[in-house]
Amino acid sequence: MLTFIIKYVIMESILGMWPWYVAGPLIALSMLLLIYFGKTFGYSDNLRTMCSIAGAGRVSSFFDIDWKKQVWNLMFVLGSVLGGFIAVNYLSTDAKVELSENTIDSLTTLGFSAPGAQYLPSEIFGGDAGISLFGILILLLGGILVGFGARYAGGCTSGHAITGLSNLQLPSLIAVIGFFIGGLVMTHLLFPIIF
Amino acid sequence: MLKYLKYILAGILFGIVMGKAEIISWYRIYEMFSFDAFHMYGVIGSAVILGLIGVYFMKKSSMSDIDGSAIHFKDKKMSYIRYIVGGILFGLGWALVGACPGPMFVLLGFGYLSILIVIFGALIGTFLYGLARPHLPH
Repeated sequence: MLTFIIKYVIMESILGMWPWYVAGPLIALSMLLLIYFGKTFGYSDNLRTMCSIAGAGRVSSFFDIDWKKQVWNLMFVLGSVLGGFIAVNYLSTDAKVELSENTIDSLTTLGFSAPGAQYLPSEIFGGDAGISLFGILILLLGGILVGFGARYAGGCTSGHAITGLSNLQLPSLIAVIGFFIGGLVMTHLLFPIIF
Repeated sequence: MLKYLKYILAGILFGIVMGKAEIISWYRIYEMFSFDAFHMYGVIGSAVILGLIGVYFMKKSSMSDIDGSAIHFKDKKMSYIRYIVGGILFGLGWALVGACPGPMFVLLGFGYLSILIVIFGALIGTFLYGLARPHLPH
């Protein structure tokens, strides 16, 4: 009986997609753990730290920081890379994403061939046949927008949407509204032009 | 190295959750901005509600951190322009590549190597902000 429960109930639910009511509380736990460790949960700070390590302090005082004080955060990054590795290699049976019918329909209309077959669409991120120049440009441009925007707004989804809102920060609410305006404009107005 | 172990472990927890709940999937971000599923709203919403409760009790009980020092909650400086303009630029990129800074690194662990281009772009964007900062309204 016990082996049956372990094998079919526990393992099946771990290997499948974790529902929002498991993921949300665990993300809150990650944030509260970092507060308990005396730190602040904020991912995009690491991008500044990495620029600083690469020597960007020589051209801009913005990067002239004591990056050694940020090593804890880089360790958190390292941990999340390892977490991703563990999730896909030991806690998953496949990397399919069960999307809603509406999303599959609209992506098919945009020209995506297999919505949800993997975590990322091969039309942008490339596949076995390599990556297209179009894909590289999209990824580069998107990355630049995320990096620039996160620093201008003083934080990203972790710093503003999770940490800031949890501490009732009005600036974070304004930033999150900005995130959504940008996301909706991209998805609904620009995607039909780009794809 | 041992003093950093707790951050690595917290990162592993975070990475596994982001991966297993498919928050790092480009498709889930598209679905969220299309309002086609509750999943992402449930994840962010429940994280914020529990975060609010947790932060409230930490403040109320004047809890100390792991080293016994008082926990400080810094207020963010009030302004509009930087949050709304920076936020919109971030949102445009977030929807385009389907990943914000956290998921970028989790996806690397997943073995999607082309995400390195996004990370490289994000570093360029951060660097460009550093150069433009003296000329931008904050």
